[in-house]
Amino acid sequence: MFYREAGQFKKTYAADMAVFPILQDRIGIAVILIVAAVVIPLTGSTFFISSVMIPFLVFSLAAMGLNIVTGYTGLISLGTGAFMGVGAFACYKLTTIFPNVNIIIWILASGIFSAAIGAAFGLPSLRIKGFYLAVATLAAQFFLEWCFVRVPWLYNYSASGAIQVPQRTLFDVAITGANATPTTRYLVLLGIVVLMTWVASNILHGRIGRTFMAVRDMDIAAELMGIRLLPAKLMAFALSSFYCGVAGAVMMFLWYGGGEAADAFNIRQSFNILFMVIIGGLGSLIGCFLGAALLNIVPIILKFGFPAIGIAIGSETAEHLNHLLVGGLIIFFLIVEPHGLARLWQITKQKLRTWPFPY
Amino acid sequence: MKRHLTVAALAATTLASLALPAQAQDSVYVPLLTYRTGPFAGSGVHIANGMRDYLEMLNQRDGGIGGAKITIEECETGYDTKKGVECYESMKGKNPVVVNPYSTGITLQLIPKAAVDKIPVLSMAYGLSASADGGNFPWVFNPPATYWDGASVFVKHVAAVEGGLEKLKGKTLGLMHLDAPFGKEPIPVLEALAKKYGFTLKLYPVPAAQMQNQGSQWLAIRRDRVDWIYNQGWGAMNPTAVKEAVKAGFPIDKLVGVWWAGGDDDARAGEAAAKGYKTLNFHNTGNSFPVMQDILKHVFDKNLSQAKREQVGENLYNRGVYNSMLIAEAVRTAQKITGKKAVTGEDVRRGFEALNITDARLKEMGMEGFANSVKLACNDHNGHNKVFVSQWDGSKYVKASDWMDPMKEIVRPLIEQEAKDYVAKDAGWPKRTAPCEKGA
Amino acid sequence: MDILQSIFVTPFLDMAGAPDLLVQTLWEGLVSGVLYALIALGFVLIFKASGVFNFAQGIMVVFAALTLVGLHEKGVPAWLAVILTLGVMYLLALTVERFVLRPLVNQPDIILFMATFGLTYVLIGVGEFIFGGEPKQMIAEQLFIPRGAIDVKMLGGRVTFQKIDIAAAVIASVMIAALAAFFQYTRIGRALRAVADSHKAALSVGISLNQIWAIVWFAAGIVALITGIMWGARSEVSFGLDIIALKALPVLILGGFTSIPGAIVGGLIIGVGEKVAEFYWGPLVGGGIESWIAYVIALGFLMFRPQGLFGDKIIERI
Repeated sequence: MFYREAGQFKKTYAADMAVFPILQDRIGIAVILIVAAVVIPLTGSTFFISSVMIPFLVFSLAAMGLNIVTGYTGLISLGTGAFMGVGAFACYKLTTIFPNVNIIIWILASGIFSAAIGAAFGLPSLRIKGFYLAVATLAAQFFLEWCFVRVPWLYNYSASGAIQVPQRTLFDVAITGANATPTTRYLVLLGIVVLMTWVASNILHGRIGRTFMAVRDMDIAAELMGIRLLPAKLMAFALSSFYCGVAGAVMMFLWYGGGEAADAFNIRQSFNILFMVIIGGLGSLIGCFLGAALLNIVPIILKFGFPAIGIAIGSETAEHLNHLLVGGLIIFFLIVEPHGLARLWQITKQKLRTWPFPY
Repeated sequence: MKRHLTVAALAATTLASLALPAQAQDSVYVPLLTYRTGPFAGSGVHIANGMRDYLEMLNQRDGGIGGAKITIEECETGYDTKKGVECYESMKGKNPVVVNPYSTGITLQLIPKAAVDKIPVLSMAYGLSASADGGNFPWVFNPPATYWDGASVFVKHVAAVEGGLEKLKGKTLGLMHLDAPFGKEPIPVLEALAKKYGFTLKLYPVPAAQMQNQGSQWLAIRRDRVDWIYNQGWGAMNPTAVKEAVKAGFPIDKLVGVWWAGGDDDARAGEAAAKGYKTLNFHNTGNSFPVMQDILKHVFDKNLSQAKREQVGENLYNRGVYNSMLIAEAVRTAQKITGKKAVTGEDVRRGFEALNITDARLKEMGMEGFANSVKLACNDHNGHNKVFVSQWDGSKYVKASDWMDPMKEIVRPLIEQEAKDYVAKDAGWPKRTAPCEKGA
Repeated sequence: MDILQSIFVTPFLDMAGAPDLLVQTLWEGLVSGVLYALIALGFVLIFKASGVFNFAQGIMVVFAALTLVGLHEKGVPAWLAVILTLGVMYLLALTVERFVLRPLVNQPDIILFMATFGLTYVLIGVGEFIFGGEPKQMIAEQLFIPRGAIDVKMLGGRVTFQKIDIAAAVIASVMIAALAAFFQYTRIGRALRAVADSHKAALSVGISLNQIWAIVWFAAGIVALITGIMWGARSEVSFGLDIIALKALPVLILGGFTSIPGAIVGGLIIGVGEKVAEFYWGPLVGGGIESWIAYVIALGFLMFRPQGLFGDKIIERI
């Protein structure tokens, strides 16, 4: 009834091709942004901001990275965790070598390093695909994980091999380190995520995104149409790793705040992000957010939510249930809706459009 | 997106309700970060049981500590840093008096947060060795000994068996370690000692994913003709190490584990051949001590424990009891200093700095012979207390050496140097503002 | 120059200098190779018959072993526990066929692959739920798995052969022979091969795909149980094993996804390759290369022969 486009006329091609062609969508996105940027920082508890919202945004960004290569280009990658790690270590090295440059610049720049490494490990994708490529990216995962531990230069030769996130400021407000409040870190992170999402949306709706999708749907056919596969696939890997790298950097700097970095980027992290993409929806930006939200919130509700409303479940039971639920959800979504939550959201929108008189 | 908002709002309301705990009058809230799941659950379960049962026993027997009931809350970390920090965030609003991260990874995360949130971190004989420097780490405590102390005691033990420190010259000592911050901790001290006493140090890192597959490391140990092995391992790595040592024909009594490599299950894996396996320790095993009898009486007889009765007295169970004893004593000391019953995190921090568990006090607690005295100070948050070597006799660990002092003269300067480096790397590191206790 | 020497000369001098250690390294490699091969075998069985790349094979190994040990802990005698575990694996096969494979018929391979990720998590959850998450000891004694070692003096040194490793090798060979015979001489075996060749053709001659799928998943379950027993007896039964089980992937790349001998040969190559690399070249870079060298070997191999040693050539048509 309210979600209707009647009366909204598109007079130009550009208007028709807009990312949000319907007014209500534009209002919706504005409301979401206001809630995220104003309401949540003002009303959310510290726990909500630091343990729900910050991880959610970090994982959304990482899922976006993986979705570019897996969802849009159809190349499975199991090395997401490692590419995130490259970003985190690059950012750490950069900010310790050049402490005077603003940390946000380094967070974004660290993506370049992981893009380069991602492209290098994407080289085999020209000859192989499917499961074979998955194994190739596993090589990247394990090799890089090993480097994070074995190359002391990366963690500045600290005795324990852990990295320390130093305090860095923006306009004299601490945004990293222990003195940065969760709200500040959240707002910086939100800014980065919104910017990166906007860029990704533009890239993926444009020529480059279409190239990726052509390669995904059938690479030989794409080649016949004049798409050069090597640059396209490498571009996908580089772009994907760029996003993952930035996600890793923000994860270390704005969320974790240092510590056992190599461990944070292990293979389980890669799987976790893959699950987010599958559940959220392959080849959908909104799916990244939905998947990250679901996989992030389910365990927290199981662990903290149930006890809070009086249902006592043991902490280990919650952990086991979490495994069961995540696994079950993956199978459920693949069977019922292989395009994930994003597709469900689309269906809902479609239904809303014709409600209450569906045809 | 709208759906996601409703989910978020729902989560927000549940979490908001969660943030308002019903604080009873005169209670202290002691959160326990434990892990009963995940790849390290084999060790974690026993520690978790021990920690919980001792506090429960205090509640049942004495009605808490000094009249303040202990509110115990466990939070499952699965030894996973992310989940551990989540636990910490969820409990920090409820005025915890102390937090036990129980994983090196989580400890490293919490160290910078401790000073900001004013919650002391007790990383009992784990975590960052350098945090023993109270001047730079006023909120972190790691009694009774650091990994560096442990490594030095290992060298002392080797010397004692071989017949003197000068006999170390020309020997090859191997460090088998988990390839992670926890495992790498003892390297600097062993390197310093190798230089000083002229033995060769060889490193055998075991990647976390390869914990159960150590064939190559043990082959290399055989190739290098290593005389002694110090095992800084955890979880599934330890039973595998014992098994592999037996397989490789390595003399099992020359394999010495750090205190965390001393699970009963670790040694049991090697079956009869594991007899003689050694591990460092700072408390005794067995359930004959009055405190253990009290736990059996007040906790097990009322069916309040998750553990099996026969597990009381096992090494890691007793480790948990020891850990909780430190917490309880710090709280008690804080109560004495401040004169109030429901102490806060800040009070307990002072309590830890003034902690002085004497032999008389141990006897009072029914822990005579169970543990040695522990004394902390304003700038010494560790105490570098005595440890001993215990040995597996086929069914349990028995004390196999006297209480030995760590080489404090070597460890302490390294700790101060490392603490200085740590602080120097972080420009925003808060300076210590808290004054020292009088007489401490 | 020194670097070149330490890469190209010294390791070989080491090998020649201590041949007993070389033999021991090769043996260790072969043994871990057998275990990788066993996991890979489970993959191949399922892939051949249903085209599903079963990521959950590794966790099926843990699950089977855990069920066995867990049942025994609850007081079930060992022999009965083995039978009951087989029953559980059969039930699992039926469940997977009914609730995962059947609804996903005709979906792209990659969707099925991801579904097995989900299965992995479900199995972890169920396993932990019922038997608890802590690692357990394998009941090696009750299953008559030999213990101890045989020391052989050779090449101026001593080489130790663990009896359990020998047993693992023997059991693996017997199992492969049995599988080969099963495929060659039984009715169901022939039906399996028909399905592997072409689903549609098999359907048209009256072979029930659903039934065949349940059977291969059960067969993979049996392989998983045996692997779990052998691995558990070497180390312990814990969920940490699932990462090691990923090593079966490079094995498959090397051997080809559809070839049983390929799985075996690939397993042995990877097992020996990584042990030798770790032992002789690992120290150059600080050790621990075992965690990734297998993948790199497979990656290098992929560049030249994407279908694996024994695999069928992949032909794609538009």
